[in-house]
Amino acid sequence: MKRIYLDNGATTPTHPEALKAMEPLFTQKYGNPSSIHSFGQEAKVAVDSAREDVQKLINARSPEEIIFTSGGTEANNLAVIGAAMAGKKRGKHIITSKIEHHAVLHPCEYLEKELDFQVTYLPVDEKGRVHIDDFKGAIKEDTILASIMMANNEIGTLQPVKEFTVAARESDVVFHTDAVQVAGTMPLDVQELGVDMLSMSAHKFNGPNGVGALYLRKGVKVHPHMHGGGQENKLRGSTHNTPGIVGLGWVCRYARETMDEKVKHLEELRDMLIEGIEERIPETILNGPRRERLPGNVHFCFPYIEGEAILLNLDLKGIAASSGSACTSGSLAPSHVLLGIGRSHELAHGSLRLTLGIDNTQEDVEYVLQVLPEIVQKLRDMSPLYNK
Amino acid sequence: MYSDKVMDHFTNPRNMGKMENPHGESQVGNPTCGDIMKIAIKVEDNRIKDIKFQTFGCGAAVATSSMITEMVKGKTLDEAMGISNKAVAEALDGLPPVKMHCSNLAAEALHKAIEDYKQRKKGKEEG
Repeated sequence: MKRIYLDNGATTPTHPEALKAMEPLFTQKYGNPSSIHSFGQEAKVAVDSAREDVQKLINARSPEEIIFTSGGTEANNLAVIGAAMAGKKRGKHIITSKIEHHAVLHPCEYLEKELDFQVTYLPVDEKGRVHIDDFKGAIKEDTILASIMMANNEIGTLQPVKEFTVAARESDVVFHTDAVQVAGTMPLDVQELGVDMLSMSAHKFNGPNGVGALYLRKGVKVHPHMHGGGQENKLRGSTHNTPGIVGLGWVCRYARETMDEKVKHLEELRDMLIEGIEERIPETILNGPRRERLPGNVHFCFPYIEGEAILLNLDLKGIAASSGSACTSGSLAPSHVLLGIGRSHELAHGSLRLTLGIDNTQEDVEYVLQVLPEIVQKLRDMSPLYNK
Repeated sequence: MYSDKVMDHFTNPRNMGKMENPHGESQVGNPTCGDIMKIAIKVEDNRIKDIKFQTFGCGAAVATSSMITEMVKGKTLDEAMGISNKAVAEALDGLPPVKMHCSNLAAEALHKAIEDYKQRKKGKEEG
């Protein structure tokens, strides 16, 4: 059976050329980059070169502003907990939004519960946007940190980050953004955005799993949360994951070279999917804005039915997707993002996320559009909530 | 994640649909937890002659609904009342642990439908 992968928001296939670039770091340049001998030094050269590739992708001022981590979650933890700990003498108030990834929300909750910080969770509108007036209104005398994601991982909403950074700077608030869904997929310029910290992850844009980076603007203070050797400017003790870092560097280079065509390709397929689903399936609700959303993100609620049942049926047809239903989250509550934009529990359970990647084709989209309407109808016919 | 039996009942649900003039019916669960099951029965000579279900929910919810309809068709009301949620899960070769409490409501739905039938019957006899 033909298999179609439409869960690129969860993870992407590693580009074969990235893998090729990584291989020598396992078998030939296997030295520890902290060692002074030639084995170590050639590994260090590879790590330094990857750092420059990351720097160039996001237009950081210098490679020293790039801290390699084990991925997006660690970058978010280092940013949020690290900046809170470094700033706690100035104040203990943090601003974030209700629809952040758990890798930001849970560190915030931890700081609240265990370390007496105060956190404001800003609401979002029906499209998932945080409003600048709410943001400004939440800044207090003792606010030290704000963390608002660039794009939502579930519903794809892009946030007006630049507006927030201007307001944050005026009040001397350190600003972090979780750009895990954006880095490598859309153009990014940290200087233009004015962010102090930005998180990214390699495996979201065809790099390997287990490696990411935190952009840390020069002069911004964070405490390390991984204590050990003096790696990464003493901010992240641990022997470098040299193959992973080189893989990240490779995809950053590749992303920079292919950015324009990638965005165009994804947006074309995305709009085809959105329009096709709306045309072929009655009673659908598009989540997130129609245009100001991630180029590869499609997210719908289908009333009367449940998300896991949709996923299982799609999987039987060879299509991989995801959902915000409770059954797929491992908890009893449906997605906090869908509840955050005002969807009822019932609607939130019936959600479907399709996330496109560079390997998807128009034929893939056509196949989904052929299969999905039948699945939705079959489940609706089974549902006690559907009376037609 | 799911057993072959669960997937079989999920993809080919037995006795699914609405029933005209049921003798007893029930609805359990709620949209908040993500599972709603509706069961309708027809009873003859104290036996379940016909049974239909409708379910809003995940794979486990659909499969348990379908399985219980197959298990009790033709059984006496007492036999049907003796079937537990656990027995339904076992008949499906088990469910993932996370599904045991949230999506395993079929026996509860069946028992309520039987109680509804008994209430209606009582009402008729008294009325």
